[in-house]
Amino acid sequence: MSQLNLHLKVWRQNAGQPGHFQDIEAPEIPDHASFLEMMDIINERLIAKGQEPVAFDHDCREGICGMCSMQINGVPHGPEKATTTCQLHMRKFRTGDTIWVEPFRAKAFPVIKDLVVNRGAFDRIQQAGGFVTVRTGAPQDANALPIGKEVADAAMDAAACIGCGACVAACKNASAMLFVSAKAGQLNLLPQGQPEKDRRTLGMVRQMDKEGFGNCTNQYECEAACPKEISVRWITKLNRDYAVAAVKDAFGNTRKEAGGGD
Amino acid sequence: MSAVFDSLSRFYASSIGKKILVALTGLMLLGFVLGHMIGNLLIFVGKDAINEYGHMLQTMLHGGGVWIARIGLLGAVVVHVVATIQLTQANRAARKDAYGMHKAQVSGKASHTMIWSGLTILAFIIYHLLHFTVRKNNDYDTYKTVLHGETVHDVYRMVIAGFSWAPASIFYIIAMVLLSSHLSHGFSSLFQTLGVATDKTEPLFKKLGYAFAGLILVGNCSIVLAVWLGYVR
Amino acid sequence: MSLNSNIPSGPMAMKWSKHKQDSKLINPKNKRKFTILVVGSGLAGSSAAATLSELGYKVKCFCFQDSPRRAHSIAAQGGINAAKNYQNDGDSVHRLFYDTVKGGDFRARESNVHRLAEVSVSIIDQCVAQGVPFAREYGGMMANRSFGGAQVSRTFYARGQTGQQLLLGAYSALNKEIAAGGVQMFPRTEMLDVVTVDGHAKGIVTRDLVTGKIESHAGDAVLLCTGGYGNVFYLSTNAMGCNVTATWRAHRKGALFANPCYTQIHPTCIPVSGEYQSKLTLMSESLRNDGRIWVPKNAADVGKPAAQIPEADRDYFLERKYPSFGNLAPRDISSRAAKEACDAGLGVGPGGRGVYLDFAEAIGQFGQKTIAERYGNLFAMYEKITGENGYKQPMRIYPAVHYTMGGLWVDYNLMSNLPGLHVLGEANFSDHGANRLGASALMQGLADGYFVIPTTIANYLVHQKPGSVTTEHPEFKKAVEVCTAQTKQFLNNKGKRSVDSFHRELGLLVWDKCGMARDKAGLTEALKRIPEMREEFKTNVVVPGSGNACNPELEKAGRVADFMEFGELLCLDALNREESCGGHFRTEHQYPDGEAKRDDENFSYAAAWEYTGDFSKPTLNKEPLIFEEVHLAVRSYK
Repeated sequence: MSQLNLHLKVWRQNAGQPGHFQDIEAPEIPDHASFLEMMDIINERLIAKGQEPVAFDHDCREGICGMCSMQINGVPHGPEKATTTCQLHMRKFRTGDTIWVEPFRAKAFPVIKDLVVNRGAFDRIQQAGGFVTVRTGAPQDANALPIGKEVADAAMDAAACIGCGACVAACKNASAMLFVSAKAGQLNLLPQGQPEKDRRTLGMVRQMDKEGFGNCTNQYECEAACPKEISVRWITKLNRDYAVAAVKDAFGNTRKEAGGGD
Repeated sequence: MSAVFDSLSRFYASSIGKKILVALTGLMLLGFVLGHMIGNLLIFVGKDAINEYGHMLQTMLHGGGVWIARIGLLGAVVVHVVATIQLTQANRAARKDAYGMHKAQVSGKASHTMIWSGLTILAFIIYHLLHFTVRKNNDYDTYKTVLHGETVHDVYRMVIAGFSWAPASIFYIIAMVLLSSHLSHGFSSLFQTLGVATDKTEPLFKKLGYAFAGLILVGNCSIVLAVWLGYVR
Repeated sequence: MSLNSNIPSGPMAMKWSKHKQDSKLINPKNKRKFTILVVGSGLAGSSAAATLSELGYKVKCFCFQDSPRRAHSIAAQGGINAAKNYQNDGDSVHRLFYDTVKGGDFRARESNVHRLAEVSVSIIDQCVAQGVPFAREYGGMMANRSFGGAQVSRTFYARGQTGQQLLLGAYSALNKEIAAGGVQMFPRTEMLDVVTVDGHAKGIVTRDLVTGKIESHAGDAVLLCTGGYGNVFYLSTNAMGCNVTATWRAHRKGALFANPCYTQIHPTCIPVSGEYQSKLTLMSESLRNDGRIWVPKNAADVGKPAAQIPEADRDYFLERKYPSFGNLAPRDISSRAAKEACDAGLGVGPGGRGVYLDFAEAIGQFGQKTIAERYGNLFAMYEKITGENGYKQPMRIYPAVHYTMGGLWVDYNLMSNLPGLHVLGEANFSDHGANRLGASALMQGLADGYFVIPTTIANYLVHQKPGSVTTEHPEFKKAVEVCTAQTKQFLNNKGKRSVDSFHRELGLLVWDKCGMARDKAGLTEALKRIPEMREEFKTNVVVPGSGNACNPELEKAGRVADFMEFGELLCLDALNREESCGGHFRTEHQYPDGEAKRDDENFSYAAAWEYTGDFSKPTLNKEPLIFEEVHLAVRSYK
């Protein structure tokens, strides 16, 4: 195991106030440490010096909860492909490197503190239709609804999204299309999702726009940054599903809500 | 009617709706760019060929055809430009604080400069229309020739005169370079926005896009070069 | 204290049906007058919050993460069991029930386990209807695999991320209810205390992790769905935020804590590489299907590269000790065998705490391509973390704490001894006994949330006047003051050591003395050290920053303070249980061949500890475990 001497430029900010980069020297970092463990080490040192440690989001540290974020040297989750920050290890860096560490930046992801941002917009988008309306206890037997392996596998590809927001962070427009398309796409593809497909598509896109994300300009930076390698073909599908839903919405028959009563 | 209008305005107000309109109008303009180039290349067939083509456009549907096309194209340009400006504004607003360091991993320069290549092309179109269509500040209106016994506008002579003035030709070539850059991203991009790209077709669309952009660049610039080199005179 | 587990009478297979029949109903019009506070948003919390809201209750749901989707249920890889018998291989509700009781080393409550097996089939249906993309066969039917040594294929899975997919399903149901207005969600909100009024749990105190605001919420019932306490060991496969705070603070308010010494160790984790290590990463146990586990026979070979150790000098210790199960021996047995090898100085890798998991033979037999198809993602993960190529040299593995079977004591209705306080999922003690089988944690979380609590909670609520207590009640004010004072104390402390340094120290001690193998001397020593450590923590911890903003150090301080108290109970329970069973191994109690020796005569009970005000002297309450259906037997995997 060797040790690295690094120069960090870390974003420091309190909510609602302007932020700045702090230069932090990080000598003697073990190359077996993960990036977050490197952050732990520098935080321990800051605490020892009586300074406030750098706040950052993290939880599972095994690449699945989607909590860790950080723009590292200009790329969400850092330089290693298909890897979250928590799984990125310091052996990917060289001694003497300068590393820029910033929060995921987007108007829809306001900074809470330092590298911690509020990604509540993603939850609200899901609440706008990212579900199948089914009550607990109501369903039929699981095997009564055959789903071909190819369809199930494709849905799983979309479902692999961990909702970390790297797609937004990577996009020059801070667009959330990859996230929204994966979430809508999983359900829009499966038979269970068909009854609410149009409603879901229109609702989620409307909420996405409302949250202040930018628009997709088909540059596919999101796909390159995605730790789960979600394909931009889901964006293709969302565009298609949206067009169909919008045409039906514009020209289809008006639906009457069924009334209750005896 | 108003229900339809409400839905359509919701469609336009949405990010994807606007993008679909940009893609559809982009598709129209692609067709126009190709047709326009093919027509112009008739200059290499000969003087009569291009003049006959010009005359045909002027007189199609008793002179109505050209206006239908003009209105259609104008509409397409207006929608394409207005929607993209609005989208760009939204994109800028979506990230107020810039990164200290931001690296593009896969996207090319062309895709990052669409708004600038597009606006330059818009400026060029306006100039180009004033130059060759409205024929402002020139005497191209007086260029006449006789074709099959009929007096028609001499497009051939106008093109040679137009490109003989260096600033016009240079602007033209710059515009064509930017247009091909614009097309190199826009061509494949529109299939994505229209929801028809697949893993298998995407590489094909990409290659076709580059080929198309190259074709337009070479085709259109060849006319200027031919005039400069005196091949067409 | 007399413990009434409220187990329904009648034959085992009929208990749950009968209980559902006998359970109270609440008029739909009245349901919306009840407010239920759900703490935690993992499988148990999300599914309970969504289902209770569907039924018409008003629900408030709290999680410390930035989104309910991030709860640690998300990290479960392998799968979820259900007695569907889709494979026609002889599975049944009874068999799943039996396997779970036996797997738990006969320390679980039979009736709860039977109910779990019964509702397992509905869970799968529910998840499929939500759009969970389970693995399918070409014909469109559900795919299954055998998991964790089960003799039937009853495990349903979604690639290597079954936990994430099931959680996203429950989260989508939660979102549906949030959108419908039935659930109010409080992300980045940590529960600091339970508020009791006249002995009933009627509310909670929370801290907003963004603004630092400490406030209280009143409800007619409180559901703790806050997961396990594995992070008392500091290093575990748990997420960094997993903590014992909610259940521990409830314990301090009177809820009994049962069987804390039942902690599960997972044998196939990536070993510790240095002291900066913050967590351990689990690799799927399926690796043991093809990998062979060994250490050098001679301590002299320990430092050598694996390739230089000849076949004759390798000890395939699991194959040697357990010829019929070999490398697939159960989790606890495999883990202990690895520990013994390392204790004997034969461990490999940094720090000598690791054993080889070797695929050379499997690669030779099936080819690297086949092995890559089976485990490619795991090899990639291993390389990401260690920088080593598992195809070229053996992987190194070591056991790590993975799951905790103990938790707050609950009755058949999932209600603790504190009326109104219900505990679901890993946070309670009820279903897994002394050891949990693979693919059963997800099953329990969802069973409790989707199917059990929605029925049983009415048995409590029906006797309550909805909304009878509000946050105006003096108990709420008092509880808020206590929490505010603790926060202030942390921030004003002029100590020298960081929170993490204490946590690490505690974890090392507990892992060493109360980890894979325990003995009286070690536990006694730990019981002496922990109070000392707690005292030092009080005076010497430093917590920078402010209380009125996002302050991760402050969050950690509160959690570690609770671990410091809880750790003592963990060791006390381990010391009290003079037997070996499941995840609890007392070296004094083993057969000559090293097998765990249970003492059914004296320890066939759940140990439910009661807080007395003195952490060192809790009162032990015993719930005798009565086995009507399953015949007690010695677990043998020879």
